[in-house]
Amino acid sequence: MRRIAIAAAATISVVVLLFSYRTSTDQTPVATGRPLGGTQPSRTTSPPTSADRASGDGTFTGDAADTRYGPVQVRITVAGGRMTDAQAVRYPQESGRDVRINSAAVPELNQETLQAQSAQIDTVSGATYTSEGYQQSLQSAIDAAHR
Amino acid sequence: MGTQVSLHLRGLRVDTDPAVEPAVAAVFGYLRTADELFSTYRPDSQISTLRRRELPRDEWHPWLTEVVALCEEARDRTDGYFDPWRLPGGFDPSGLVKGWAAENAAAHLARLRGFDHYLNAGGDITAGVHGSRAPAWRVGVEDPADPSAFLAVLELRTGGLATSGSAARGPHIVDPHTGTHPSELQAVTVTGPTLLWADVFATAAFARGGEDVEEWVPSRAPGYEIAALARAP
Repeated sequence: MRRIAIAAAATISVVVLLFSYRTSTDQTPVATGRPLGGTQPSRTTSPPTSADRASGDGTFTGDAADTRYGPVQVRITVAGGRMTDAQAVRYPQESGRDVRINSAAVPELNQETLQAQSAQIDTVSGATYTSEGYQQSLQSAIDAAHR
Repeated sequence: MGTQVSLHLRGLRVDTDPAVEPAVAAVFGYLRTADELFSTYRPDSQISTLRRRELPRDEWHPWLTEVVALCEEARDRTDGYFDPWRLPGGFDPSGLVKGWAAENAAAHLARLRGFDHYLNAGGDITAGVHGSRAPAWRVGVEDPADPSAFLAVLELRTGGLATSGSAARGPHIVDPHTGTHPSELQAVTVTGPTLLWADVFATAAFARGGEDVEEWVPSRAPGYEIAALARAP
């Protein structure tokens, strides 16, 4: 019943980038108030053709989320209205520290997203820096799937 | 580094109802105004002027007066564990403003009948689900201690949900009492009726820690609870 209820209801999503905040490294922020909707995220596959496919099917690339260590960008695949794959297509790898953290973290984060699929999540909460970039990009891919 | 703000609306005819677009515009208009007033990165913002001690009291915007009063209340209610005055670089209400602004912005959706919503501001969420048969929003909470799994998947209908943490990328929350970075907890998620206080108490609980932190939050903020918690190993 629950899935039917959701399928009957359309969703829309809008994203903007706001509230630059200070980090301990005091890096120069990106411009505030930059609207993200409309240009990115981008839909990279052709629209569904079969009538019984869920409207949100396809591959959706989230915005690159800027972290103080570099951009993080996530791509998801949605089939039958469910997230079936997620890849971090960009993540910080410039410094030795970043490589060490991310070579360990990214495959696991991908697993995490797949668990999100089985858990049918609507949105993501989190607080850490790379993780926040991941949260932001994953959220924006979810946004794109609903657009 | 900016914060992404994501708004989702759910309901029949959400993409054709003429009331939707002006309501969404009002939400983001509110957020932009709040950003202009409170961004510590805009040299001309009220908060930047205040931090330079160049803003006389009689020039305060009413929202600044409100936010400062809320910061004082938050400091008192959290036993000083949330204290925007005791931060490196001086008074900085950013930790409260995001939740406050997101919540006030989402209030512009109240006149939209028949739609559910959530507004996610950098991982902190305010939501409204009306109708008893409508499903709750399902929120995945990242687990900083074990990235192979979620800490929790929480259901949120109407209210706020906020996560504070530190973990892999190093500390950024300061315990106002000691000036040090707390390390006992890795992440804490608080839920309750409003995002403003869920956010304040997530930050305060992270700074405070303690074996009794799960009792401390509802004792200081009735109706609020720690819904997910990761302790350092």
